[in-house]
This record gives sequence, structure tokens and C-alpha cells, in this order.
Amino acid sequence: MKPSREQQLWMYEQMLVSRYFEESIEKIYMEGKSPAFNMANGPIPGEMHLSNGQEPCAVGVCAHLDADDVVTSTHRPHHVAIAKGVDLDRMTAEIFGKKTGLSGGRGGHMHIFDADVNFSCSGIIAQGMGPAVGAALSRQLQRKGGVAVAFLGEGAANQGAFHESLNLAAVWKLPVVFVIEDNAWGISVAKSASTAIERNDQRAAAYGMPGHFIPGNDPLAIFEVAGEAIARARRGEGPTLIEIETYRLAGHFMGDAEGYRPEGEKDALFAKDPIPKFRNHLKASIGWTDADDAELVARAHGLVDGAIAFARDSAYPEPEEALEKVFV
Amino acid sequence: MTVASKERKLTIARAMAEAIAQQMRIDQRVFVMGEDIGPLGGVFGNTRGLFDEFGAERVRDTPISETAFMGAAVGAASDGMRPIVELMFVDFFGVCFDAIYNLMAKNTYFSGGEVKVPVVLMTSTGGGYSDAGQHSQCLHGTFAHLPGMKVVAPSNAYDAKGLMTAAIRDDNPVIFMFHKALQGMGWLGTERDAIVHVPEEAYQLPIGKAAVVREGADVTIVGITSGVHHGLKAARALAERGVSAEVVDLRSLVPLDRQTVIDSVRKTGRLIVVDEDYQSYGMTGEIISSVVEQGVMLKAPPQRVAYPDIPIPFSRPMEQWALPSADKIIAAFETMENH
Repeated sequence: MKPSREQQLWMYEQMLVSRYFEESIEKIYMEGKSPAFNMANGPIPGEMHLSNGQEPCAVGVCAHLDADDVVTSTHRPHHVAIAKGVDLDRMTAEIFGKKTGLSGGRGGHMHIFDADVNFSCSGIIAQGMGPAVGAALSRQLQRKGGVAVAFLGEGAANQGAFHESLNLAAVWKLPVVFVIEDNAWGISVAKSASTAIERNDQRAAAYGMPGHFIPGNDPLAIFEVAGEAIARARRGEGPTLIEIETYRLAGHFMGDAEGYRPEGEKDALFAKDPIPKFRNHLKASIGWTDADDAELVARAHGLVDGAIAFARDSAYPEPEEALEKVFV
Repeated sequence: MTVASKERKLTIARAMAEAIAQQMRIDQRVFVMGEDIGPLGGVFGNTRGLFDEFGAERVRDTPISETAFMGAAVGAASDGMRPIVELMFVDFFGVCFDAIYNLMAKNTYFSGGEVKVPVVLMTSTGGGYSDAGQHSQCLHGTFAHLPGMKVVAPSNAYDAKGLMTAAIRDDNPVIFMFHKALQGMGWLGTERDAIVHVPEEAYQLPIGKAAVVREGADVTIVGITSGVHHGLKAARALAERGVSAEVVDLRSLVPLDRQTVIDSVRKTGRLIVVDEDYQSYGMTGEIISSVVEQGVMLKAPPQRVAYPDIPIPFSRPMEQWALPSADKIIAAFETMENH
């Protein structure tokens, strides 16, 4: 399964939007946080987990999904949310804690919910998996089609929820795909120090489901494997586990000094940055020109700049609004 | 025929199963999942008959994977279904609480009310039959403490059916706690007073509304599930010595009907709170605070009869000593009399 020209350009554009979004958030996050770094200060307070470098996972998978399909993501959700079509203005406003945010500022960057496109995430490791299994069960029971995709990190594969969810999805043959974004680090602990086997796709065998490993953070390879897994789920043939080798070009969170990284690792990762690689691929394969690129980059930047302006211009909620929406 | 119908008495277990069946007949979105809730009909009898009527798809035995199926309940509910999920013993919450208090309870808030999570989590509570400290707890306070979940706990079959029907129809997560000794399962001991007349037609009881189950003038005894029955027994004993006790069955912990309690204590001037959950940081303290902070004039310091702050012991003499009882309520009243 190869992506069409349109699909490739869609993937590339989402990657551009996502990267520029994270770069913009990174700058704004630091406003008010110097000279002393205090997480509570500035227009974007709190923890901030950026997804720079992990864009291929989001676009290669979400290229096969529509708004009706369900996605659960992690504490590092922006790239997946963007690829799933979450309203960028309202997501940005949410990250700023504004009244116009997706939840009116109640959730923030780790709790992005957009019911219009069936996207949600949780800040607790592996805890998006059960809900994805449940959404898939809902589709199976309602015979209404649609699949669920749970994104998780490689650290999540050592959680009980991971193993329980894989087993439950397999025993009920549910239309769900589990996508591990293996960025090699659980905060500061290397995958090799936390995980008994080298590749988590091998764990699929324990639950009688197909497992795939995708090296090289390659959006085209991800597109191909994810496409097969999602098509399989849509055919009612059950779940699949995919592990993607990806790169975390940022720290675990903003403020992470990354002293745990071996010398030269970051430089090596930046040398493999998937965005210039994809751009070169487009130039070589579909005659993509610098002029085409400048136009698409400008469009992506315009979209993000617009969302940030929307967020900045929006009002904060009244403090007392904190008391609302506990129940419906 | 009408007379016979009025005399129909059910156990809480039967009443729960009947409420679920009635809602499953009219609403395809309702389904049940949990451990041994299928052909077995639930360890505590509350899904008996459902598998035969609705089949394996809507009455689903799960693997022993509470983390996964509790999370799945959240995901299915968010996707338009109305799952009823059983946590066999409330004590098992430790293996799946993230899905309960971080997802089920918070997703509505974190979505600004856009995502509804209509899960009914039904779970057994209570001891008294020497099952020791991992199968006998009540944990009312643990669940009621955390915002985002409604919490109900019936003391009799009529309330059980009405609260279960209301819980299934509610668009919010509802924790439905049923006390094992009130289920009407002979092997767990049976509280006869929990087996009462239950109308056959579907009906709802409002969640968050307490009931004055016995009127009185001298002291208010507030309880929930087993505590209500201890309170009623104590009230009958106190009546023999000329003391008129009012008994309030909270029925819901969230929302908490503070007003019914306050109104009662304004009348009686004395308050005893009974809870089989641990005493400290729990329901008993919450009720007393709610009354005291309203400035209700008390004739004596309020008393509580709750589980001591110890893990629940196995040995029968130790467990029975630790449990709330009618005798302890009477002793608490005597303390107030002597004040």
C-alpha cells in the first residue's frame, strides 16, 4: 500500500504544521520563564511535552483515519491531535488555558479532547489503551464501522494496562490498532534498561495478534504498515500491534537538560530529521519544487500563527467556571 | 392479581438484575461486562438471568483484567454505549483505579462537558463473614471523596431497583455499591429487612436524595447500606425504653443530601452516624461537619459508629468486635444521654 501524491502531500503538510506548532509553543513557553525557570510562569504554564521528530508516527497512521474513527493519545499528544484533525484554534487556546479552549481551560496540554473528531489523550502512561479497546468494542457492538487507534510510548509497553488491553482486544477480536512510538527514552531511562526484549512488536505473539516493527522513523513505511493493520481491523479480523522507531528531538519536557543522552546522540537524531528527509523524497519522486515547498510552508505557518493569535487574543475563563462541567 | 403483585418481594440481587434487564430491553446501548457476570449470573446474583435473555454479546464475561475492562467501559461509554461494568469486590479497585478516577471521573470535565461517560460501575462491599481485609471493605469514602463520580448504595431491594434504573439512565458515571450481606444470597448471611416489595414496572429513584426511613424526635441516626439496618434495630430497641429515634438512609453519597440530615438533626438535636467504612477521613466525619458548619444546635456532641482504622481482621471474634452494630449505636446514644 503506497500513498498517493495527495496522501503524501497531506502527510508532509501535517508534519510541517506539527513541527512549526511545537517550535512556536517552545518559544512561547519560555516567555516569562527567564532568568529563573519556574514552570508556573508565562502564558503557557505547567508541563510541556513536545513531539518534534515524532511526526511520522502521527501522519503515517492518521492518513488512514477519518473523523469518525477513534484515537487515544498520550502526554505528548500534539502531533497526533493535529494529524487527527483536532480544531487547532481551540486546541491552542486550551494549551494557553483560555475560555475558548476545547474544554474551556480545564484540561490543558495533556488532556486534549475533541469529540468532533473522536480524539482524546491521557497523561497517565498506557491509560489510553483501555478506552481505545472500549471504543472498538462499541463499534463492534453497534455494527457501525470505524476503528480505534491507541498511541503509546515504548515505556507504556511495561505497564499492566498494555498487556491487559492487548489480551482483551485479541480475545474479543476488536477493531483496534496499538501504535507504539518508540523514542528510546522513558524520561531519562533508556528502553534497553527498562524493557526485557529489544522490540515490543514481539510481544504481539503472546496475544495472538500480528506485530510489526518499523525502523527509521519513515512516514512512508509507517503509512504502509498502518494501512494494512487498519484495513485488517476494518475487515473485522482483529487487532494489530505496531512499534515505530521514532526520534524525540526535544527533551522529555521543556526544561529537561537531557544530560542522560549519550554524547552526540542529539546531533545524530537531527541529522535524521524526518521533515527534510520527506522533503527530499518529494523532490525526487513527485517533482516537488522549492516554490511548491515555500507555498506549503507558508500555509502551514499561517495556520499555526492564526491559532496562536486566536489563543493569545482569547479571554481567560472566570475562576468560578472551574466549578462547572464536573457532571453533565 | 393486583394484591399478589403488591406483595411481590425481591432481594437486592434480584432487583438489580430486573432493573438491568428492563433497561437492556428498551435501550440497545446498555450492556454488561465483568468477571463471572455471564452464565454464572454474577458471584452475588445481580446479573442472574441476563445471559439467557440477552446473550454473550451484551452480557460479557471478561478476563480477570480490571484495568483493561474498566478502561474499556470508559471508551465504550464515550463512544455512545451505556456500559454496566462489575468490579466483583470493591477491594479490587486497587488494580484499576486509574481508569476510574483519572478517566471515568475526569473525562467529562477535561472535555468541557463534550464527552459523556455514562458508565454504571457496580461493586460489592462489606464484611461480617470472615473474608478478611482484601474482600470485606466498604470504601465509601474513597469513592465519594474523588469528584466526578456519583455514588449510590441501597439498603433494600426497592431502592436498589430504582437507583439502578436511575444510574443506567444517568449520563454521568455512577458507582453502585451493594453490600454483600444485604444481597439476599443465603451463603453470605441475609438481612431480611432488605428483602422488600418491588414493583414490576420500571421506576427511578432520584440520585442524591436521602430518605427518612423511620421518624423520631430524640435522636437522628444516619447510615447507609448495613448502617441503616443497624440503625433501625437500634431504634426499635431504643423505642422500648421510650426513646424516639429517627433513621435517615442516605442512599446516595454523591451528591450528598445534606439538607435531609440537617433538617432531621434540627428537630432531634442529637446525631449518630453509622458507617461500615473506616472511621477516619470518611462519611461519618463528612456528615457531622455538614451539620455542625450549619450551626445546628446540638444537645450533645455528635457520635459516630464506624469501622476502626485497622485492616479488617479474619478471626471471627475480632471482626465481629470491630463491626458497627445496633448495640454500639445504643451505647453511643447512652454516651449522649449522660453528657
